[in-house]
Amino acid sequence: MIDLDMGAYAAFVWPAWGISAAVLAVLAVRALIASRRWNAELKRLDETVDTTRAQAGRSPAAPTQ
Amino acid sequence: MFLANPDRFLRFTRPLTPLLWALAVVLLAVGTWFAFAAPEDYQQGDTLRIMFVHVPAASVGLMIYAALGVSSFFALVFRHPLADAAARAAALPGAAYTLLALITGSLWGKPMWGVWWAWGDARLMSVLILFLFYLGYMALRASIDDEAKAARAAAVLGLVGLINLPIVKFSVDWWNTLHQPASLLRAEGPAMPAVFLTPLLTMMAAFGVFFLAVWITSIRTEIVRRRVLTLRARRAQEA
Repeated sequence: MIDLDMGAYAAFVWPAWGISAAVLAVLAVRALIASRRWNAELKRLDETVDTTRAQAGRSPAAPTQ
Repeated sequence: MFLANPDRFLRFTRPLTPLLWALAVVLLAVGTWFAFAAPEDYQQGDTLRIMFVHVPAASVGLMIYAALGVSSFFALVFRHPLADAAARAAALPGAAYTLLALITGSLWGKPMWGVWWAWGDARLMSVLILFLFYLGYMALRASIDDEAKAARAAAVLGLVGLINLPIVKFSVDWWNTLHQPASLLRAEGPAMPAVFLTPLLTMMAAFGVFFLAVWITSIRTEIVRRRVLTLRARRAQEA
């Protein structure tokens, strides 16, 4: 079974594990948020580019093939 | 070289990334369980459990710098944008792991050595310098507006920092340090019983896979970010 009684060393063991967990959590959250944000931005830009092109294609000034 | 093409890299890593995250979570959970299921050490008592995060953070933190240095080399010599993205994405997790190594080492040093820090110790100082190289790398990139120039300057710094890696690794052999010599990677084999080796190796794998998950996610983000910047610039030109 697991031993969670750190005795006299609790003041050293728990902060070491707590800080490690916090740092890993920050790294993960940061990486995932940045990924989501830039992917959403790329999607938005791609969509607006498509809309602009589609509108340009429909306009009377657009060259006919 | 197959993955040197950004499109191919994105396609190949798309299914791989969630797998790495899942594996990292499982390994961290299992490793943590093992770490607290292990018996107390007869000399170190419960402080031994600090080693299960300290050693992985320190050794993976060192390996990350090797990844940053090699990526910097490819970025500098072959001007490869993906190599630059890889170097850039390695800096923050590398700095975080090295900082963790310093903090957890200090938390172990106080009860075991009687001091939080020893300025004259070659291992402690070389790891502090490693941390400063990471910080310098990130600061340099952030301080130059032109991304291409920033990438080149940072790559040079990244390469210079490689010199420090053997010093960190062999500091415990070359100098008489307070820090103990290697107990895992030695010619005679690991100097510890399986009850401690199992949690240690599991946590090392966990820290390694976790870094890979963060790294690959961040390289993918960097590729996407550069596409966004290119698209924005193109549209600004068209407007």
